[in-house]
Amino acid sequence: MYVQGVALGALAVVAALAAISGRSLLLAIVYPVTAVAAIALGVVDLAAWLGNAGFAVVLPIGLPTIGLHLRLDPLSAFFGVVINGGVLASSLYGMGLDRAKELTPRVEPLFPLFAAAMNLVLIADDAYAFLFSWELMSLASWALVVAHHTNAENRRAGQLYLVMAVIGTTALLFAFGGLAGPAGGYAFDTIRTQAPTPMIAALVLATALVGCGSKAGLIPLHAWLPLAHPAAPSHVSALMSGVMTKVAIYGFVRIAFDLLGPPAWWWSLPPIVLGAVTAVLGLLHAVFDRDLKRVLAYSTVENVGVIFVALGLALAFRANGQPAAAAVAMAAALLHVLNHSWFKSLLFLGAGAVLHATGRRDLEAMGGLIHRMPRTAAFFLVGALSISALPPLNGFVSEWLLFQSVIAAPALPQSALNFAAPTIGAMLALAAALAAACFVRVYGVAFLSRPRSVEAARAHEAPLMQQIAMGGLALLCILGGLLGALLTEALAPVLKGLVGSGLPNAGTGPTPFSLIAFDATRSNYDAVVIALFVAIASGFTLLVVHRLSARRTRRGPAWDCGFPDPSSAIQYTASSFSQPLRRVYGAVVFSARETVVMPPPGDLRPARFSVVLIDYIWTTLYVAPWRALLRLSEYLNALQFLTIRRYLVLMFVALVILLSIAAVTI
Amino acid sequence: MIRGYEISHLLAGVMLVTSFALLYQERIAAVLKTFAAQSVALALAVAWAAYTQDRSELFITALIALCLKGIVIPVALYRMVVRLGIHREVEKVVGVGIALMVGLALTGLAQALLLKVVQGTAGHAREDLALALAIVLLGFLMMILRRNAVTQVVGFMSMENGLILAATGARGMPLVVEVSVAFSVLIALFVFAVFVFRIRERFDTIDIEALDRMRGDAR
Repeated sequence: MYVQGVALGALAVVAALAAISGRSLLLAIVYPVTAVAAIALGVVDLAAWLGNAGFAVVLPIGLPTIGLHLRLDPLSAFFGVVINGGVLASSLYGMGLDRAKELTPRVEPLFPLFAAAMNLVLIADDAYAFLFSWELMSLASWALVVAHHTNAENRRAGQLYLVMAVIGTTALLFAFGGLAGPAGGYAFDTIRTQAPTPMIAALVLATALVGCGSKAGLIPLHAWLPLAHPAAPSHVSALMSGVMTKVAIYGFVRIAFDLLGPPAWWWSLPPIVLGAVTAVLGLLHAVFDRDLKRVLAYSTVENVGVIFVALGLALAFRANGQPAAAAVAMAAALLHVLNHSWFKSLLFLGAGAVLHATGRRDLEAMGGLIHRMPRTAAFFLVGALSISALPPLNGFVSEWLLFQSVIAAPALPQSALNFAAPTIGAMLALAAALAAACFVRVYGVAFLSRPRSVEAARAHEAPLMQQIAMGGLALLCILGGLLGALLTEALAPVLKGLVGSGLPNAGTGPTPFSLIAFDATRSNYDAVVIALFVAIASGFTLLVVHRLSARRTRRGPAWDCGFPDPSSAIQYTASSFSQPLRRVYGAVVFSARETVVMPPPGDLRPARFSVVLIDYIWTTLYVAPWRALLRLSEYLNALQFLTIRRYLVLMFVALVILLSIAAVTI
Repeated sequence: MIRGYEISHLLAGVMLVTSFALLYQERIAAVLKTFAAQSVALALAVAWAAYTQDRSELFITALIALCLKGIVIPVALYRMVVRLGIHREVEKVVGVGIALMVGLALTGLAQALLLKVVQGTAGHAREDLALALAIVLLGFLMMILRRNAVTQVVGFMSMENGLILAATGARGMPLVVEVSVAFSVLIALFVFAVFVFRIRERFDTIDIEALDRMRGDAR
């Protein structure tokens, strides 16, 4: 507790110092201090998670009658580990920034503030503290998004983010209002003791879904995320995508599993359905996008969807009194939270290194980076493999657990869930396949092939500290995959608190590394054995191939299909790679239209190929209400220019109407 | 034998009647005289309430009402009107008939509402309240039906008379609040007066429609 106080205080002090002075030395010192604070906070959280040694205090600050309740339980400790891991990696990356050129007083002072605010959300134990730190987190991240405000696109992203954040917080305000009930007990302890009526519970769940879903990027509240996350500096993007979305998921878990009391089965439907739609649509967006950082942001949307499906399944199992299955689904959600924070941070840091080396975010302007930045390329590959859920990496563990719980869903008594389960499974499978396609495309177009631009040809490797940050995360991805079973077992205290049980047969497998979802005969995944098999098989294949072929590796000109054209335009491009998917899915979901303008023979103009995608969610749920609002305010604008007497008449008429209503109804 | 509430009822009724008179008076001088009469009736009503309820502090209220609203304000407004040379001016938005009908409807509404809302309390208190509400509504109505700034001020003051009547009847408002209300009204009067003179200087009229013409969006 004191460690946390000191660490958070240090973050606040260093933020204030950097903000006041603005000198590059003080700006640079932000990152080491944040890194140390993140380590301290992370260690305390880890101890509280594993050893179940939390704390609960009431500080006499904040609102007069409420005070400030802080509490660290296994759930917040687990999320604390997730967050501080991400913060540590981003701080290490930030230490590699060029002190003379890349530090600005617009970013560095806010970085520790952002980190501190996220930690505060986790330990808040009353609605006021929660909302206050939630808003602090929103505002800090918003200021980071508009740090490079000279770019009009960033300003637009910041504006949209601000609007969505306000909507989200308003929704959360109502959620906590519903939870507190008419008596207004805003401490979480008080909230836990009272069970709301079904009507109130439904409203709280809906508003919590809006509030947390908008921050996490749940479709259809995701629109700000792919704009805002890439707009921030890359290590902040890593924080926002890898970590801040997790804080939002923490908020949902806290409300739905802890504060709202025993669940009804239908609570699970909105998160499951929205999550599945989010997973598929997010990746469809990702697979067609050309901007590297936006692809990653859309992939975050997808992963949030996957996590929400798992959370919804956990709710369904828990409502039906199946704690073992609920534990599997919940473990899938939590583990995916942890894994996604690792590989998404890794990928965003890699994207940052690429952005720094080439100055371009457009995939079509990259290529061949594996030769110029080999280490970044290797780390990025680990991240891409993990996010595509390939065994034996960590992404596979959580996805495997998720599919185990989806397979168990037909055992639920409600027919709606029974029928939904296969569909959800199919959608998740589609999302997984699309994720693989998406990252093959990203990796192939950005790192393989020949450079597509001068900048890409002149790219250079990232600084050492940034390599360390990425390398550490890559190592975590690999270890998290190999030791997934141990990690899942370690989740037991969190799971017991949330769904009342740990994994039923954890630790009964043939080796300590085998992960058992339900029982050893039905579902057993042993990452180490698979890794060994993959290693031996590929080693053996390599050996055989080398034996049979000529020994030495030769480097020759690439086969050019008979076209001796050195242009890089004859390679696969990002949009040509995604064309088959665009034809199959894009035409249905986005009304994709491809237009080819072919000049007549003799005309020397180049042929043009263009693709138009329509985002129906954007046009119907964002643009249309916005226009309606504008039109309405134009009508109401006349009210601003009435005469004094007419204002009086309006007031008088309103008064008389109200009095008449009172006279009639009372 | 005449009981206490009958007298208070009578005085409140007189105030209501003067409110109606305010609605149909055409000349400004007459409006001011009617307002003075209403204020005197208010002072009497408050004094009577002070006597019957044994609340001597209400005598101060009555005195304030008599001096300020019965004498000072009407005289000040009258001198202003004379100086502006508009004491014979006639101004109306709607005809007398309509204004009186609307006023009647409002009084009915006030009665219907108050008789329903405060069913628990003693009969005469709630009838006083209903009358007070009717006076407030009529004052408001007067504010919208008049174009002249001076008569609007009178409408405002008449609303305030209704408020004070309600406060004494419901034995609510403490003296401090009352004094502060009286002073705020006085200050409002000054502000109004200054405005009226400024408007006059600038536009040669105190018809408030002139303000709209100045703003460029006349009807």
